[in-house]
This record gives sequence, C-alpha cells and structure tokens, in this order.
Amino acid sequence: MAAVATETPFHVLAVDDSLPDRKLIERLLKTSSFQVTTVDSGSKALEFLRIHHDSSTPISLQEDQLIYNQEVAVNLIITDYCMPGMTGYDLLKKIKESSSLRDIPVVIMSSENIPSRINRCLEEGADEFFLKPVRLSDMSKLKPHILKSRCKEHYNQQSDGNIDESSSNPTNSSSSSSDNSSSSRKRKAEGDAEILPKANRSRHS
Amino acid sequence: MDYSNLRRQAASMKKSLFDQGYLDEQFCQVEDLQDEASPNFAEEVITLFFKDSARLISNIEQALEKYPKDFNKWDAYMQQLKGSCSSIGASRMKSECMSFREFCGQGNVEGCMKSFQKVKREHGVLRQKLEAYFQLLRQAGPAGAATRPGM
Repeated sequence: MAAVATETPFHVLAVDDSLPDRKLIERLLKTSSFQVTTVDSGSKALEFLRIHHDSSTPISLQEDQLIYNQEVAVNLIITDYCMPGMTGYDLLKKIKESSSLRDIPVVIMSSENIPSRINRCLEEGADEFFLKPVRLSDMSKLKPHILKSRCKEHYNQQSDGNIDESSSNPTNSSSSSSDNSSSSRKRKAEGDAEILPKANRSRHS
Repeated sequence: MDYSNLRRQAASMKKSLFDQGYLDEQFCQVEDLQDEASPNFAEEVITLFFKDSARLISNIEQALEKYPKDFNKWDAYMQQLKGSCSSIGASRMKSECMSFREFCGQGNVEGCMKSFQKVKREHGVLRQKLEAYFQLLRQAGPAGAATRPGM
C-alpha cells in the first residue's frame, strides 16, 4: 500500500441513540487510538458531517500524502442500525447519495442478527456489519477500511493517472468522483473482498 | 483497612453474580476497558445503563397501558431494553426481555404482563447487587479492580 500514513489519529464518528452504548463505543474507539465524536442521531451525524466535511478539500497535496483538516475530517462512520427517526440504514443511504461523503467508510452495528438486514446494508455500501455487543477485537477491522478509502481517494486525485500499487482494484481506474452510479458502490462492496480477503464483512454469532 | 481483603470480597461477589447468571462475559469486556486514565469506566457505564433502562422500563409500562395489544410497539420498546442489557452483560435481565418479546410474537397479553414484571424484578435485583459490588470496589481503593496480566 502507498504510504498514506499520518501521525494524526483517525477520526471516527459514532452514532447511537443509546447513552450507555455511546459511552461504550467511544471507549472502545479511544482505546484503539481513534479520535472520536459521538452523536445520538442520524440527523446530528449528517449535520456534523456537513459542517466538517463538505468543504474538505485537501489543504495540501503532496506526492505521498493528502493532508486534510485533520482535526475534524471524519475517516469512518460507525452507526447503530435501530434508531428512532433516521435509522442507521437511512443514514447510510444519505451518506452514499452525497458526493462529498460517499467515500467515507460506514460500519453498521446491530444487536439483531438478521441476515436480510445485514445484506441490505452491505448492498447499500456499508463496509462492515458488527453484531452488538461490539468488542475490542472488532476495532481492528476498522483501520483497513479507512486506509483503503484513503488510498482510493489518493489515487483518484492523481490526475496524471499514475497507477500506484495501492489501487489494485481495476474498477477504480476510471471512476472520477463525479460519477456516482450505484454499480460503483456495489463494486466497492465487492472490491473489499478482493483487496482484503481476510476481512470479516459480516459477523454472525 | 485491609484493601486486599475488600478486593477479594469484591472478586467473590462478582464470581457469584456470574455463577448465578446475573452477568455474562460482556461484563468482563466492559471492565477490561478500564485503565488508569479511566479507572471508573465500568461503574460509569453501569450507572448510565440503570438510568437509561429505568427510562425504557417506564416507556414500556406506559405503552402497555396506553396501547393495549400493540405488540409491535411493545416489542420495539423491549428490543431497546434488551439491547442495552446485552451491552453490559446483564444476562438474566436480557433473558426476561427475550421472553417478553416471544410473548409479543405470540400475541399473548398475559404472558407479556407477567414477563414484564419479571423484567422489572430482575432490573431491581441487579441494580442492588451491582451497587453493592461497586461500593465494595470503591472502598477497596483505586487499584480495586483485580489485576490483569499484561494489560
């Protein structure tokens, strides 16, 4: 993988309407060296993302790095599925419909092990599905998704079309950020399996 | 003050909570998230849990009265409570929540009512027991949590 390493911790936005669960996920993430913002609803999540991400053009672009406004740029969203009002699935859809947000990896959590629900989320572009209660060992599954999406962004930014080893998925080669077809989202979900064959895309207990 | 004795008592109290099925392994996961920077994390989460679950129980109580036979609604509320129980390892309470949901699925009002009483009882008992446990830990001092290898 290309060196998009940065010393600033990755920033995760965690969405859950349950207060004890929010506290737990926050602790799990912090223990795993993530910077964390928690919100209690999908609409607050979108609000946060719009304020802090819509204008997230890189402020510095060098050969091996993309430097964003690191304090607030969200690198991954992890959301509960069952929430009043906007469900985690609704939030996922809205994120994937947004050209500025759709490349942020999304993880769905649920205490219910319902295969049709899991599949629906993965088809809509969720990168991972965690069965609650989420554990510390689940946290190690997050970073690969973040790194993969950053490599992809890095590759998309390279206008001279240099193919670096990070983007081994050929379906990415022609995708520009303005082209937002549902097929590219599905490819992304399938692409996960190709790039990281060991990754657990869903956890059935 | 014999702190090591208090710690032993706390450990023994915890063991019995596990043996009697009040708690399951998830509780250990929660305690394991504690460290010097967050020494009271488990107690904080559990406190939040009881606050939140009291509210959810009250919601269910109201729903049982205001929306007779609205099994979908009852089930939806209980699903929230069950999820919370699961997050902190409240095993017996979680089982009662699941029973309630089964009764909802069967459309069994009486079953739901009886089961709900059990949920409330388990909630009360667990709260008492965990309050006693954490109090003991607090008395045992800042290193009250049992030492864990290599963490």
